[in-house]
Amino acid sequence: MTDHSEFDSVSGKTTTGHEWDGIKELNTPLPRWWVISFYLTIIWSIGYWIVYPAWPLISSNTTGLLGYSTRASLAVELANLEALRGEKMAALAAAPLADIEKDPALLALARAKGKTVFGDNCAPCHGSGGAGAKGFPNLNDDDWLWGGTLDQIMQTIQFGVRSGHAKTHEGQMLAFGKDGVLKGDEIVTVANYVRSLSGLPTRAGYDKAKGEKIFVENCVACHGDGGKGNLEMGAPDLTDKIWLYGSDEAALIETISQGRAGVMPAWEGRLDPATIKAMAVYVHSLGGGK
Amino acid sequence: MNKTVNPKDLTSDDDVGPLYAARTKVYPQSVSGTFRRIKWGLMAFCLGVYYFLPFVRWNRGLGAPSQAVLIDLPNSRFYFFFIELWPQEVYYFTGLLIVAAVALFLMNSIGGRIWCGYLCPQTVWTDLFYAVERLIEGDRRERMKKDKSSDPMKLERISEIVLKHSIWLLIAWWTGGAWVLYFNDAPTLVKELVTFQGPMIAYVWIGILTATTYLLAGYMREQVCTYMCPWPRIQAALTDEWALNVTYRYDRGEKRTSVKKAAELRALGEQVGDCVDCYQCVAVCPTGIDIRNGPQMECIQCGLCIDACDNVMAKIGRPKRLIGYDNDINIHRRQEGKAPIYRIVRARTVVYSAIIAAVGGFMIYTLATRSLLDVNVLHDRNPVAVKLSDGSIRNAYTVRLLNKSGYDRVIAIDANGPANLTVHVIGIDAVTPDRPMIVIPRDSTSELRLLVTAPAEGNPEKSIPVHFHVTDIGLGEVASATDNFVAP
Repeated sequence: MTDHSEFDSVSGKTTTGHEWDGIKELNTPLPRWWVISFYLTIIWSIGYWIVYPAWPLISSNTTGLLGYSTRASLAVELANLEALRGEKMAALAAAPLADIEKDPALLALARAKGKTVFGDNCAPCHGSGGAGAKGFPNLNDDDWLWGGTLDQIMQTIQFGVRSGHAKTHEGQMLAFGKDGVLKGDEIVTVANYVRSLSGLPTRAGYDKAKGEKIFVENCVACHGDGGKGNLEMGAPDLTDKIWLYGSDEAALIETISQGRAGVMPAWEGRLDPATIKAMAVYVHSLGGGK
Repeated sequence: MNKTVNPKDLTSDDDVGPLYAARTKVYPQSVSGTFRRIKWGLMAFCLGVYYFLPFVRWNRGLGAPSQAVLIDLPNSRFYFFFIELWPQEVYYFTGLLIVAAVALFLMNSIGGRIWCGYLCPQTVWTDLFYAVERLIEGDRRERMKKDKSSDPMKLERISEIVLKHSIWLLIAWWTGGAWVLYFNDAPTLVKELVTFQGPMIAYVWIGILTATTYLLAGYMREQVCTYMCPWPRIQAALTDEWALNVTYRYDRGEKRTSVKKAAELRALGEQVGDCVDCYQCVAVCPTGIDIRNGPQMECIQCGLCIDACDNVMAKIGRPKRLIGYDNDINIHRRQEGKAPIYRIVRARTVVYSAIIAAVGGFMIYTLATRSLLDVNVLHDRNPVAVKLSDGSIRNAYTVRLLNKSGYDRVIAIDANGPANLTVHVIGIDAVTPDRPMIVIPRDSTSELRLLVTAPAEGNPEKSIPVHFHVTDIGLGEVASATDNFVAP
């Protein structure tokens, strides 16, 4: 190859020999310090091959002298975090359930922990703020099927409702229609009677005496005298303004005919005791706790 | 070979040779006089404040830091003598920056780059570094000679250089060291630092500031002002014809020549100026310019050339202030035989002063009347409202109480809005019905969950404003917040 480089008298430098439309390129090499630094970084990089995981092998890779791995480093960091939390959660685990709300620091911890765990485990049914939905109780109100004290809430979280756990809450609304206990017109009559218990309007011309008779014969066993409910059975108070499955006639007829048996899983074994405690305090502090 | 370019072939836009001009090193000569004394005084004051302020103590009571000026980042507090600021009060710093900026404008419209010449850290530290250099290596001529000398270095010269850089580094290190003391209890941190138990971040900052001080004041010097700093450019837009700038008074005649020659020329009845071309003003200049060429971008207006010229004028029996704080208006007036006028009070300076007074006054007012008790209320979003079994409505709020004072407070919370409401705070058993009382520890915030319940009857509106009043039981101080009570 011919060398086309020439001397440029204006700048006192030689050209590279490249020319485009009469424009010639001055030969301005990179500064020596830059070039040396560049080669030093290349040499330096070899060090990484030696001390860090670098080259892929058939089924694994070179591990490097330091034995570093991002996975191990993550495990260490998570362990540190757990240790840090462990100290605080130990205090929560040790405190009597009733005293947690009285200690601002423990209350804040329980609420923070409870809120996170609630979001992960309970929100799919009860909603992210515990507002509930049809068939899933609102945990902010003061109506509790299985009791709203701290101990009762904790028990429900631990063992669940109709969850299959040995200590679970049992009891269900029977399917009076499906099972042939009550006939169609009897169901309509008793549904109207139930509405009258909480002061809701009833269908014109319904037989109140007949409704009361059916109610006493079939419902009082669980729902109690006057339909005040029974926490032992999880039988709701029929005289209040809160209706888990709706209060209109059609909804009541459906409930009486088909029965109701919502399920809440037992959390014992899935969540550790301190977490369940934090959850109980959180749910209690939502506002409805007794 | 390339063809040699004939100068005739070049158009006027062509330039020959590299565009880069290397810096000419400046060797300022020592000088004494009024402005030099002012500069020494301000340097001692500024550096004294900077280096020793962290050690000033201020009693704030038990449990609070006892450092007069402290930026407590971990606890997000700023302490300045009797003032304690929280992060949400950062607007005071905005006010302070406005005052600082306008004060800079004011200085500029009165006396030009006073900031640059006397107060700027770059000027102060560079001046200090020059003083060290002069003390060790000698004055201008000696330093120039030593730098130019191509003789092999002798032990004496090497020890001079080593000593100079050691003292420079020591000053730079102390500069970085003082900086970190503003962020931690100074005596404790000093003890930790010297026993190598200080936090890593402190050493890193000391390192960074040592390096910047050493480089900026020891090597870059006037180049920082000329090339790096935006202020010299901004000030061109801020100065006006009345501002007093360091000026060579060419109204005192031209033709600069030696004393002897001037006398001869005067005898012949020729025009001769007072300037004897001694170049003392150039020799003392820390930016290496000749002030006689008129106002220049590089000039930091430090007034050292005034001192140098005054000394010469005194020796040759001519009036002082051939170079002085002056402006073109007065130069022209004197040329026309009129008396100079100095107008400090003009629209520009009045407006600047008014802004400073207004912003400063407003800041002092708000600082003096600010509440040390505060409350923020946040309504629950999900659920917004809850219906209870008896049909009444409950809304939940997150209440944050702020106690900015240095003592614990007992406060009571009152709410009014919906008819017949009741208030409950989670975890608090109200002693007085519906008036929960809470203790907020000193200098802290407390977050509470507060429930407001009201019967549905008598509260038909979908949304009712609810006012929360937080009252300090002991002092009667009240803070309020308003939110809404919403029906489901």
